[in-house]
Amino acid sequence: MDLSRRELLAAAGRFIVLSGAALEAFESPTGALAADSKYKMADHWWAMTIDIEKCIGSGNCVRACALENEVPEGFFRTWVERYEVNGEDREHPQVESPEGGIHGFPARNKPGVKSFFVPKLCNQCAHSPCVQVCPVGATYVSPDGVVLVDQQYCVGCGYCVQACPYGCRYLHPTKHVADKCTLCYHRITKGLTTACCEACPTGARRLADLKNPKDPVHEFLRVNAVQVLKPEMATGAKVFYKDLDGSVR
Amino acid sequence: MRKIFEGSAHLIRLAVVAVLLVLAFLAIRHALIPQDFGKYGHYRPGSLDEIAARTPVFAGREACASCHVDIATAKSKGPHADVGCEACHGPLGRHAQDFTSQKPVLPDTAKLCVTCHEADSAKPKTFPQVVSREHAGDTACGVCHNPHQPRI
Repeated sequence: MDLSRRELLAAAGRFIVLSGAALEAFESPTGALAADSKYKMADHWWAMTIDIEKCIGSGNCVRACALENEVPEGFFRTWVERYEVNGEDREHPQVESPEGGIHGFPARNKPGVKSFFVPKLCNQCAHSPCVQVCPVGATYVSPDGVVLVDQQYCVGCGYCVQACPYGCRYLHPTKHVADKCTLCYHRITKGLTTACCEACPTGARRLADLKNPKDPVHEFLRVNAVQVLKPEMATGAKVFYKDLDGSVR
Repeated sequence: MRKIFEGSAHLIRLAVVAVLLVLAFLAIRHALIPQDFGKYGHYRPGSLDEIAARTPVFAGREACASCHVDIATAKSKGPHADVGCEACHGPLGRHAQDFTSQKPVLPDTAKLCVTCHEADSAKPKTFPQVVSREHAGDTACGVCHNPHQPRI
């Protein structure tokens, strides 16, 4: 190769300009949510309510979530735990979640033991630790209050998986990016409820829109004893549990 | 003027290369980062549309009721009024779009009903539950109960 310095610099300049133009062409189109649909992100602030006194541990939510969101086997965007609190030892409840409760729970009758089911999912934190630790801007709180993952930007470092105090995230085994509950963002932006709420037979789970003054969530929060998980972590969790026992972690 | 730059040609060349490198960095950065990055926060707003664009798998009970009026009406009068159709019949998003493309599952009541109604002390006390062996033996629930109006 006989290149003068001038020729080399000129070639490098051409390469930069042309590759820039080529990349520009591949940019994804944006603004469909804002422009085309009737859905206005600014009008919503999504949350969920869970009534422990209604959960029967059927596992319908776990199955529905897996079908709706193609959740890989062995991973869960939502799951159900069975708690058993023995006597006064509230510090050490026995917790089990066989395969996330996807096949329900084996029937058990222990009349003397306090026991109940706790469905869990992403708490859609308003001040989310997972968002704070993402080094590439791949995970974020959407303008309507849902914690989402941009799987094109995610580098699969797993910081967010470690940061989530609720264990709600996982690294997708084949995509090698972070994956989590999207609160069925593709459904709620079309006016549907989430798959788990749709499939819940007792109405233990309800999707809630805190910005909608007509949403029954306001009455729910006003008249019931409501708690979020790990309030001491100040995550701004938006999954509100009614009648949650203090032993739940 | 000429005197000032005399003997410093190597420095000028170095400066030109440095400027070109900075310009190259800016050009590549401009090309790689979408124009609207940061519109709502430190993320790519296009990903909101990509996530929202997925097709729902569950149609939702309103879609079912818009065709199956008779069953929806019957169900609304019984204790299963608030149970979604797809809670038992499985996801039917494609069926709701084109009913020939997907056939709903007719569940086996011998297996289906007990996923909710088998007695378990962890279930709420007010929820109707039975020990299915004692209650019906080997008889499937559907022999006596109509799941859409389960009261006998």
